[in-house]
Parts: sequence; structure tokens; C-alpha cells
Amino acid sequence: MSTTLSAKPSGNPPGAPEARRSPLTRLQHLLHAQATIGPAVVLLVAVIVFALLSDRFLTPGNISLIVQQVAVVGTLAVGQTIVILTAGIDLSCGAIMVLTSIVMAKVAADTGLPGVPALLLGFVVGTLCGLLNGVLVTRLKLPPFIVTLGTLNVFFALNLWYSSSATIRGTDMPKLLLWTGQTFTIGGTRITYGSIMMVLLVAAMAFALKNTAWGRHVYATGDDAEAARLSGIRTGRVLLGVYATAGLVYAVAAWILIGRIASASPQAGQLDNLDSITAVVIGGTSLFGGRGAIVGSLLGALIVGVFRNGLALAGVDVLWQTMAVGVLIIVAVSLDQWIRKVKP
Amino acid sequence: MTTPVLEARGLVKRYGRVTALAGADLELLPGEILAVIGDNGAGKSSLIKALSGALVPDEGEILVDGQPVSFSSPIDARRAGIETVHQSLAVSPSLDIAANLFLGRERRRKGVLGTVFRMLDRAGMREEARRQLDALGIMTIQNPGQAVETLSGGQRQAVAVARAAAFGSRVVIMDEPTAALGVRESRAVLDLVLQVRDRGLPVILISHNMPHVFEVADRVHIQRLGRRKAVVDPKSISMSDAVAIMTGALEAP
Repeated sequence: MSTTLSAKPSGNPPGAPEARRSPLTRLQHLLHAQATIGPAVVLLVAVIVFALLSDRFLTPGNISLIVQQVAVVGTLAVGQTIVILTAGIDLSCGAIMVLTSIVMAKVAADTGLPGVPALLLGFVVGTLCGLLNGVLVTRLKLPPFIVTLGTLNVFFALNLWYSSSATIRGTDMPKLLLWTGQTFTIGGTRITYGSIMMVLLVAAMAFALKNTAWGRHVYATGDDAEAARLSGIRTGRVLLGVYATAGLVYAVAAWILIGRIASASPQAGQLDNLDSITAVVIGGTSLFGGRGAIVGSLLGALIVGVFRNGLALAGVDVLWQTMAVGVLIIVAVSLDQWIRKVKP
Repeated sequence: MTTPVLEARGLVKRYGRVTALAGADLELLPGEILAVIGDNGAGKSSLIKALSGALVPDEGEILVDGQPVSFSSPIDARRAGIETVHQSLAVSPSLDIAANLFLGRERRRKGVLGTVFRMLDRAGMREEARRQLDALGIMTIQNPGQAVETLSGGQRQAVAVARAAAFGSRVVIMDEPTAALGVRESRAVLDLVLQVRDRGLPVILISHNMPHVFEVADRVHIQRLGRRKAVVDPKSISMSDAVAIMTGALEAP
């Protein structure tokens, strides 16, 4: 082992001279190998720029606000990332989240079900919604875009029907459902349990993707499904697992959402599905599958949060904030296209 | 007579009104390289897919060491010790070499890390990948942690062959391993084919390239119109006669 690693320069095949690459090509190779470097740099630069523009930006209260604002979309992005890694897309994530939050809150409020079973019921509903997406994608072999566009409407309609379009107040539901909105204080910064949960979820999923066979199979399925199948991976089962897991993650997002708005509203999170896709894409995960990382999606969500917050503090109109996010998406995807053209 | 390691009897596969296999037979003997040649549409690919579990034939049977088996997926064939190097290579470009070698049969760490946390034994798999590449004399690949997409066509082929040789305990099937390669890379892959045979693994080699077939094969199976037309000894027949049988210009001897 040691001899082979150290003997690098001697047997290099002709045509691959490392030293003669231009700086641009080297950058391309670096980004190709480490997809999260791009978003990490963007986030760092954005933080520095906004800190220079406004004194209030780096205050503990403001940072706490950004993280709270990011928690829901950041959690959705965890589920969205594993779906996109398989070359899929999930437009229904926001609808699953809202439906789940309504089920958790309304069942508890109507029947007096305690917090723990209400929460577990929500997790089951979220997982089943995700599983339905997975079954439609794998059994009916429909494109994920179409499947989730359909289920987005189905789940949203179910949500309106079950809730009778009425918001469930926080005071009517068990304390546990609101716990994610509770805060504790470290060094003057108030942190919600919901944002801690998002970070733990990101860490757990990052571990699973990087260190387990399941994670490798997710990447392989998204990279080239036929090759994965011929390599003995049961790609159908991988996809079912991914969509169901994503559904469970959206249910956790629902819990965080209830804590955030201190109620369960059938109209909440209308655009969160697109925002989660935005976070994933800006985070360097490729829409073509097989390439990317969870940590990038968290960075992506934070970038959007920082841009919106920073521009608002700098007194920039909301419409320009939206435009900035739009430009970010296009830049991120162009960058991905360029990185994928890397030559051996 | 020795029992064939792998045998197909009367395989039939129809796609709607198209018959890809019309009662195809095949016998692979221990320790040999059996080349399979045939014109486009002769049923080579379907035959190989049936043997590697990627396709379930409508009729006929497959025997491994004389015992009938039925493969419903590539995993079944792999369990029976049959490894296939597909023409598409079936590698995952964004994963590294070691990950590709162990794709679908990853090893986990010992102890709690492996059983509870399901952690992969990365170091162990890389070391084993290195050993397999060395065993086949694949020296142009230095680092098993390199992503497969950074490799040349020949190197990718070498990775796919190394995977088959590492895990194939009975048979290695190679579908057009030199089709996309240059002269020098083809040479290296043919050497690999010979080495796999010399390690005692019989090989089924599908190829369009007659000089390659005649150079390495011990016997040549000629497929025509979904059936086995003939099996010839490459030392006693000319290349042009083999092609003539393949195209139907000459009757089988």
C-alpha cells in the first residue's frame, strides 16, 4: 500500500502532465473533486460583504434570525438532495410538509392525542407520501418531475380538505409539537431546537451518504442507473428508499415549521419546494444526478438566507433580493455544467 | 467428456415478433477462452445477457457445472460465480476505482461501527482493490481512490476486468472488451484476458474483431440467426472461412 501511494510520478502515463494545466483547468479539477468549495467560498464572501455593508448583520440576534429562517428550507433540502442525487426531483416536498404538519396538529387538537403519538403519526404520513412518489417513479416508470408535480397537487388538496383551510392555533396543540420553536441561549445568541435538529439531520445524512453502502448506491443509481443495475444494485429498492426517507425528512421539516410559526397553517410553505431545490442547486449538487453533497445544500440554504437578510439590512427592495437569488441559481447551474465537462 | 462449466440449451427469447434467440446452445469448458462471434442481430448480446442474468429467456435452460439454474437478475448470476464485463462497462464514473470494484458488495467495518453504524471499510477495500489491480499487472493505475471518470478508456476497461476477475469464481464473460480502444490499449486488454484464463477462470469473449478472436481464443462459437451455427478451432480454420460461416456464405464444417 505505502509503496504504491508514494510512487506517483514515476509511472505516469504520457498525456497526463499535472504541471502543465492552466490555472482555470486546475480550478475546474478542484471544483470537480470538491463540489462544496464553491458554495463555501460564496457564503464566506457574502458574509464579509454584508458585514461591511451593515453593522447589524453580524450581531448575534441577526445570525440567530437567519438560521431560524433557514431551518425549514434547510431540512427540506436534506430530503431534496438525496432525491436529486438519484437524478430525480421532488416538487411535492413542501406539500408533504404542510400536509404532515396539519395531520400532526389537527389530530392532536381534535382528539386530544398526546404529543409523541401525534408526532409519530406525522412521521408515518410523511414517509407514506414519499413512498407513494417512489412507487410511482419505480413501478410506473414515470419521470420524477411529472410524478411529484401530480402529487404536489394531490397532497395540497388533501391538506386543504382535511384542514378545511383553517389554521390550527399553537395553543390547541401539545407542547411537544411547538418544542422546535423553543430557544436556548449560547453567548447571547438565541438558538431554536429546530435549527439544531436541522444541523443534526444534515450531519446524519452526510454520514450515511459518505460512509454506508446505501450512500454509494444512491450516487451510483443517479450516476448511471443501468450500470448500477448491472453491478448488482437493486436500483428500484434504492429509489423507493430514497423517496420514503425524503418523506420522513419532510415530516421532520413539518415539526420545525410548526415551531417556527407557532401554529399549523394549510397555506404555509407554498414556495418552499422551489426554495429547497434552489438550496440544493446553489449548494453544488448536480440536477443530472450522481454528484453533490448534503453539506453543500445546507450552505446553499444559508447563502439564500444570507442574501435575503443582508440585502434587506442594506435597504434593498425585496424584488432585487428575488432577482439576486435567480441570478445565483443560473450561475450555480452554469458552473455545474462547466465542472462536468472536466477532461481526464 | 468433461462437464461444461457453463452450458446453455435451447435458449429462446422473443421480443414481440422479433426472435433474438431461436434455440441457442453454448458450452464453456474449464480453463478455456471461448470466443463468440456473429453478425449484428445474430443474438450474441441476448445470449450473453441470458447467461449473465440480465435477461430471462422464454425457453431453454442454463446449467452451471451440470446443474440447472435459473437467473432472474444479474445478482443471481454473480452468486453462481459468473461475472460479466458489459460493453458499457457498467461502472459508475463519479465513484472511485475501489468503490466501483466493490459496487453492490461493499465490505463493512468490524465491530459496532460496521454492524450498528453500517460504516464501510474504506481502507480495506482500497487495499484489496490495489492488490487486484497488481495481480493483473495493471500498473498504469496508481491510486485506487481516483474517480473512474478521470481514467482513459483502456484504464476503465481494466477496472471492469479487474472487478470481474476479483469476484468471478467460475466464469468471466467479456462483451466487446476492445471495441472502443486503440491499438495499444487493446493489446493490454487482450493480455488481461489471457491472464484471467491463466488464473484458471474460463472466459467467454464476445468480439467483432477477428484478429483478436483468433489470437486468444481456444475455441470459436459462431452464432447465426439466433442459433449456434458451429464451433470451430481457430488453429484449423482460416479467418475468412469463419466469417463466411458467420454470414451464411459457407456451410458449417
